[in-house]
Amino acid sequence: MTEKQDEDIRIGIFVCHCGTNIGGFVDCEQLAEYATTLPNVAHSEHNLYTCSETGLAAIRNAVKEHNLNRVVVASCTPRTHEPLFRDCVQEVGLNPYLFNFVNIRDQCTWVHMKETDAAFEKAKDLIKMGSAKAAKLEALERIVVDINPIALIIGGGISGMNTAISLSKQGFKTHLVEKEDKLGGRLKSLYKLFPNDQEASAFLEDMTKKVEASKNLTVYTSSKIKSIEGFIGNYNVEIEQNGDIISLNVGAIIVAVGASVFEPTNLFGYDGEKSITQLELENKLKNNEVDANNIVMIQCVGARNEERVYCSSICCMTALKNALIIKEFNPDAHVTILFRDIYTPGIQYEQYFKKARKAGVLFIKYTLEKLPLVDKNEIKVFNEYLGEEILIPYDLLVLSTPLIANNDNSDLAQMLKVPLEENNFFLEAHVKLRPIDFATDGIYICGSAKWPVDITESTTQGLAAASRASRILSHETIEVESSTAYLPEWNKSLCKGCEVCITICPYNAIIKNEDDEIEIIQALCKGCGTCGSTCTKHAIEIKHFNNEQIMAEIIAFGGKIIE
Amino acid sequence: MSYEPTILGFLCNWCSYAGADLAGVSRLQYPPNIRVIRVMCSGRVDPKFVFEALKIGIDGIIVMGCHPGDCHYLEGNYEAEKKFNMLKKFLTFINLDNRIRLEWVSASEGMRFAEIVSEFTNSIKELGPSPLKEDKDLLDKLEAIEMAADSYRIRALVGRERTIIESENVYGEKVPQDKFDNIFNTAIYDEYMRCRILLSLKKNSKSVKVLASELEIDPSEVLEHILILKGSNSITMGEIEGITPIYEYTMEG
Repeated sequence: MTEKQDEDIRIGIFVCHCGTNIGGFVDCEQLAEYATTLPNVAHSEHNLYTCSETGLAAIRNAVKEHNLNRVVVASCTPRTHEPLFRDCVQEVGLNPYLFNFVNIRDQCTWVHMKETDAAFEKAKDLIKMGSAKAAKLEALERIVVDINPIALIIGGGISGMNTAISLSKQGFKTHLVEKEDKLGGRLKSLYKLFPNDQEASAFLEDMTKKVEASKNLTVYTSSKIKSIEGFIGNYNVEIEQNGDIISLNVGAIIVAVGASVFEPTNLFGYDGEKSITQLELENKLKNNEVDANNIVMIQCVGARNEERVYCSSICCMTALKNALIIKEFNPDAHVTILFRDIYTPGIQYEQYFKKARKAGVLFIKYTLEKLPLVDKNEIKVFNEYLGEEILIPYDLLVLSTPLIANNDNSDLAQMLKVPLEENNFFLEAHVKLRPIDFATDGIYICGSAKWPVDITESTTQGLAAASRASRILSHETIEVESSTAYLPEWNKSLCKGCEVCITICPYNAIIKNEDDEIEIIQALCKGCGTCGSTCTKHAIEIKHFNNEQIMAEIIAFGGKIIE
Repeated sequence: MSYEPTILGFLCNWCSYAGADLAGVSRLQYPPNIRVIRVMCSGRVDPKFVFEALKIGIDGIIVMGCHPGDCHYLEGNYEAEKKFNMLKKFLTFINLDNRIRLEWVSASEGMRFAEIVSEFTNSIKELGPSPLKEDKDLLDKLEAIEMAADSYRIRALVGRERTIIESENVYGEKVPQDKFDNIFNTAIYDEYMRCRILLSLKKNSKSVKVLASELEIDPSEVLEHILILKGSNSITMGEIEGITPIYEYTMEG
């Protein structure tokens, strides 16, 4: 880089109000004023939304007007907004690594809402620390990797099939891996689909035909992922199919593994005959085996309790659908739904609920504290509205159980190095801003693997994942993080050749070259920085997180060394 | 006004920093004492960062990384743990080990993050201000610890621990954890004492007897360290007072 070592550091600090998210708790104007007192700060200002076009324009103008060579934004979190601001400073000719982020929202004003004075002091410190690091930032050369324009989709349910069809239609070679012997996932066991009562089998057949007709698409059924290694644009994946290992190289991976159905063992007399799950009911309906007149359904079985706190979000519609189907077959049948809350979001589903009521389906509210008691032929339930206990005779009891995370999710998560949330579903990069991405570039998530969703939502997410992946796959190369480890020329004499760095590097990015010198292969290095902190002679440096930069942050917080 | 400690946190980008952000998104409230430095991996936290923070009077330091097996960089958190254990052992000598903490927080554990930060902040509050701010003698000892932790012997042992215990050497042997711990504990103690001797001699030359009373250890033990330090040319024997040799610090070692 052409950057001079002893250049005149000119930092610009931009304090964001984030509407009232930050500005409502701390005085951003005062923060900006404080920032001007910090070393090397040539300019500071506060903006209502620094990430808006107005805010970005303010950064660009200030860089030009004040000849800034470092930019610090104090706002939300680098996890969502760093790329935006890096692009912004690059537009005015600064190296993107001369930008630094200070998190004064997610880790300050949002978590100290009742201690605004302390939050203000904390924000000051964080800006001081961020500015101190900024002064030490160095321009980095960009690292470019090749993209292999091939996609791998793990899971051949409805969302995975949609992703596969869409990607192959766009011309990308696509591999679809399904652990069962047929495509379709949960859809295979359904009878009809809400809210249009479409036959699930017809729908699946149509989808399967589309998959079969897709030119660029290879389907691997009865196959499991054995290993995944690599990074965006270049993943080496091993698949096991009937004992054979198939090796693939792909550029992007989409996780569409779906979810499992909770089995209500020991709950409400579940026996698979007189007390069955909704899924078992679908099967009976499919084969026209329902010959009951008094049908009771219990919602939230094994859900929204202490063990499983979440709402599975699809069971209400499933119950309404099956209740309506029963009523259609046999209008004289008594169908009672015992619920805790009915969740039918949107106009369409709300009308579905009304339709069920009109058809004569009875709804009775129960609470978690007073669970229905199931006897041989009747159910005792405390009716919340009447305020008294009632008896309902039944000859078929149907339990609405939640979708739960697959028990092999953690294996896959470890292979991909992506996180799971507390219920073991996959965790997206950001619930609102990046719902289909993982934090790791090149890996995407859709369908019930992330959270229980219905067919419509699975389809939408499947297509969204295809769209996200195609953003990567359509490029021949992509720039990746430049903050890697390196052995600076001036540190080479420090290295004693102990090779500890070679043994601890998980990516085999460090080697001893022909000249018997330690060499770090930039393209393999992921920038974790462990070699730098382990190096017995402090010879290895970590770009963008180097010792000097981190020390500057520490000292900025603590002030002066105790004399 | 009650005493408010200064807390420094090192958070890994992928799990703990995301967990901290989630605490924010969920509006979970925790004490405002902590200041966070983001690193890509908990394995990046060089022990010298912790020493620096202690030296400038920060009251508590917490390092957070991904749960075992979840590290975005496969094994960085295991290396972080090794470094942390080493720090803990050294800081036990001067009773500062309860001012550092290592915790695993995943990206989904906003609640856990808030709870750990609250609990750690309160525990530091109870301990009171870092004694390093007042106690010059303690600061000298910390300097010796920092020097010892920075020695090739200790850094190499920490860096090699997992290889030594988990994989076989060229003779097909594996070193059991307890045997390694013995070697490691001895190294930590020895290096600490030797660095204290070195730093003491750097101030002014002394006899074994004076050093022994200063370090509060047996003169014969001091002599053992002296011989090793002499062997590495870190110190030399200077003048002899009567029959007592006086040792001097040299710049060579």
